[in-house]
Parts: sequence; C-alpha cells; structure tokens
Amino acid sequence: MTARVAAAATAGHLRVRIPGLLRSYTGGVETVDLDLAGPPTVAHALAILDARFPGLRFRLIDEQGAIRPHIKLFVDAAIVRDLDAAIPPGVELMIVGALSGG
Amino acid sequence: MPPRLKSSAAPRRNELLVATRKGLWTLTGDIARRSWKLAGPHFLGHIVHHAVLDPRDGKTLLAAARTGHLGPTIFRSTDRGRSWKEAARPPAFREGSGRSVEHTFWLTPGHAAQPGVWYAGTSPQGLFRSADGGATWDGVDGFNAHPQRKAWCGGDKDGTPDGPKLHSIVIDPRDPAHLYVSMSSGGTFESTDAGAGWRPLNRGVKADFLPDPDPEFGHDPHCVRLHPAAPDRLYQQNHCGIFRLDRPGEGWIDIGAGMPKSVGAIGFPLVVHPRDADTLWVFPMDGTRVWPRVSPGGRPAAYRSVNGGRTWQRQATGLPKTQAWWTVKRQAMTVDHATAVGVYFGTTSGEVWGSRDEGRSWKCLARNLPHIYAVEAA
Repeated sequence: MTARVAAAATAGHLRVRIPGLLRSYTGGVETVDLDLAGPPTVAHALAILDARFPGLRFRLIDEQGAIRPHIKLFVDAAIVRDLDAAIPPGVELMIVGALSGG
Repeated sequence: MPPRLKSSAAPRRNELLVATRKGLWTLTGDIARRSWKLAGPHFLGHIVHHAVLDPRDGKTLLAAARTGHLGPTIFRSTDRGRSWKEAARPPAFREGSGRSVEHTFWLTPGHAAQPGVWYAGTSPQGLFRSADGGATWDGVDGFNAHPQRKAWCGGDKDGTPDGPKLHSIVIDPRDPAHLYVSMSSGGTFESTDAGAGWRPLNRGVKADFLPDPDPEFGHDPHCVRLHPAAPDRLYQQNHCGIFRLDRPGEGWIDIGAGMPKSVGAIGFPLVVHPRDADTLWVFPMDGTRVWPRVSPGGRPAAYRSVNGGRTWQRQATGLPKTQAWWTVKRQAMTVDHATAVGVYFGTTSGEVWGSRDEGRSWKCLARNLPHIYAVEAA
C-alpha cells in the first residue's frame, strides 16, 4: 500500500482511480475519494460513484449487472469479476479500460 | 399514382450530421449548396451509429454513442449541437431479462402529434421509446417481451457481422399508433396499436440464405422507408434485393429485377424523394460470393428510379470511375427538401458526397473522416 493511499485509508473511505476514458464524468479528476457508508463491496462503491457522477456506472456495468467486456476492475491490484467482492479497508478500486482494438 | 407534394415553403438549413466510428461531425452548406464547411468532432473516440435532428422543433439532436470500452448511451442537445447532455437513462433491457444493449443503432423522432417522443432500435434487437426528448428510455414491452421475439430474431449473438440490429423504425404520419420496424435479421414487422402487438410483414420478400426461401419471418431487410407523400407506400433495400409494398396490400413486389446484372440489387441504403413517391435512390454494393460489401467492380454509383422501381438509371457523374472500393452504410444516405432535391451519402472510407441535382452529378464535400455510419440532413 502506498503512503498516499494509506493516508486516505480511514474506515469507510475508498479511493477510486478513474481512467482517462471516464474523466468526462469526473471533471477531469483522476482519483476520487468516497465515503463507503454501507457494505464495503464493489457494487456499493459503484453505486456511490454513480450517485456522484450520474451515468458513469452504466458505461461500466450492463443492465444485467455484468462488467462490460473491455472493462476491468481491480481491488488492491487484484482483478475482480464479482461485484459482490469485498473491498478491504485501505485499498484502492482501480477502473481500467482494457484492450479493445482500433 | 401516388401524389407529388409541393415543395415545402419553410426555409431549411443546409446541414448534414455525419456520424462516424470515431465521433460526430457536421457539414454546413451555403444557400446554393455549393460550398460546405466541416465542423467537429463531437464525442471524439465515440462510435456514433446515428445522429438525428428532431424535425418537430428544429433544435433537438440525439446521438447514439458508445466507445470500444464503455457501454452504450445517448447524448442530447436542445440547441442544435452547441451543448450536449447525456441521457439520464439510456436504452437498456429489463434487469433479469438476460439481455444487454450492446449499442443503440437507430433513432427515429416520434409522430408530429407527439412532441418529445422518440424511438430507438438497438443491437441486439430491441425497441425503446422516450417520451421526454430522449432523456429517459423505456423498452417497448409489446416487442421486447413478445413471446415470438426470439423466434423472429434468433439469438442475441446471431445476425450480421456487427451484431443483430433493429432499425428502420417507421411511423405512419397519419396515425402515431401505426408503426413498422425491421430487423437484420428478423424481417419487417407492423404494429397498429402503438407497439403493444406486432406481426410479420414479409410476404414476397426473398430470403435465399434460409432453408425455406419464402418464410414468414427471418428475412434481412437492410433499410425500409415509408414515403411521406404516400404513407401507404414502403420501399425496402434487402439483403436479397429491392422491394416495394403498397398497403393495404400484404405482398412485397420485387423491384430489383430491373437493376443491371453486373451491378446487382444488393446494398445497404435506400432513400426516397421527399415529394415524389415514385422516385427513390439506392447505392448498390457487391453481394456476390463472400460478400465483399464494396462498390461493384470498384466503380461506385447511385441508382435512381423515377417509376417506383420499374426501371433504374445509373448516376455516377463526378464519382471515381475506377478503383474505389468503398460502400455506403444503411443510415449513410439522405436527401434534403430543396426544390431540386439534394442527395448525400457518406462512405466507409470517410468521404461525404453530395448532389444538388437529384443525383445527376456528384461532388465530394469532405474527405479523410473516419468510417461513416450515418449521414442525416438536419
């Protein structure tokens, strides 16, 4: 864990790294700190993120709750494929636009 | 004979919306339509399948977009493209349906008597409706949840190489409850109750790629247009030819037989003259053998009929005479409403061409754009 993340790693606090392709939603901001009041899961984090930046979640997660084919989510540098995956205290959620060709 | 309406007296802007695989551009012409200015891009990097002006207010634009990574959405402008907002709820299937919208492919403004209503067709095949100018969208359950839908459409992974599509959403100008939709693949379907119920309308259309060449559904219409001057008349550019249907008739007539054998009757787009119900244009492509989907022989040309498809004239003056291996997608050909109708098309090679004289001669209006998916007069 980096010192920067550790500084943000208070209980219920989550830092999200936003890829360039989603920064039109965040006003260009690369890292977003969220207060995770509720279950510490990826699903909950995305719900909070969407409440703050409306429309962002649907670009990542389809209407059946599946992560879109060229999107990858990492929690503490490990890939997650289940939105119910827990987010331990003090780690980052990183959103990546994976390879999708020309 | 269907009526020929008088030219609209209302002045219109000469503007084209050019939707591409990498964003949206606009082309604005002078009054004479001789000089055109390119502006853009909007949404650079987005795959824009369709962008359409609302003819009812003359200022609302919708653009259907996604990127290689990000899911599908709709962008809206209420000031003719000066500013844009994303739809609060883009088209999406019902949670639990097991289906996901891959992209919104087609946009149609609703009936003149229903301001704010829009329809969208998606890949895989789904029909959606907005009642608030495209801000929020709901599925048309009468279609999306129809017990026969899967039989009509096949699986969500079936269909054309770029995904199965619902397109050519057509509204009868005499009755907002009378709708047609078409699907690649699936065929053409009609509703007379605002989308609650649907039935196939494909009799007479060829489907020579199927075991039964004359099925009730399963056809591959590429583009279907209803003629605004004669709303009982429909034209169809199909995977297997060109067809015309005069309602209340039920059987489509093959009007591609008059096309030159060396060119064939296969293509994506079809556009109709805004006032003369017997005049239409197609842009043929090579649909032989492995379906190259390029101009036949590398010699692009539009074909026009002025007699409802009985005979066709080649219109290639000004177009490349040889070694031009592009084609025109189904939303990428359009007409304006001028007295001498302007005809426009965008190519898979990123060029926009226009004619000020109903296709007699062509001029290149823009080059070096990305692969063009749609051109709409605005």
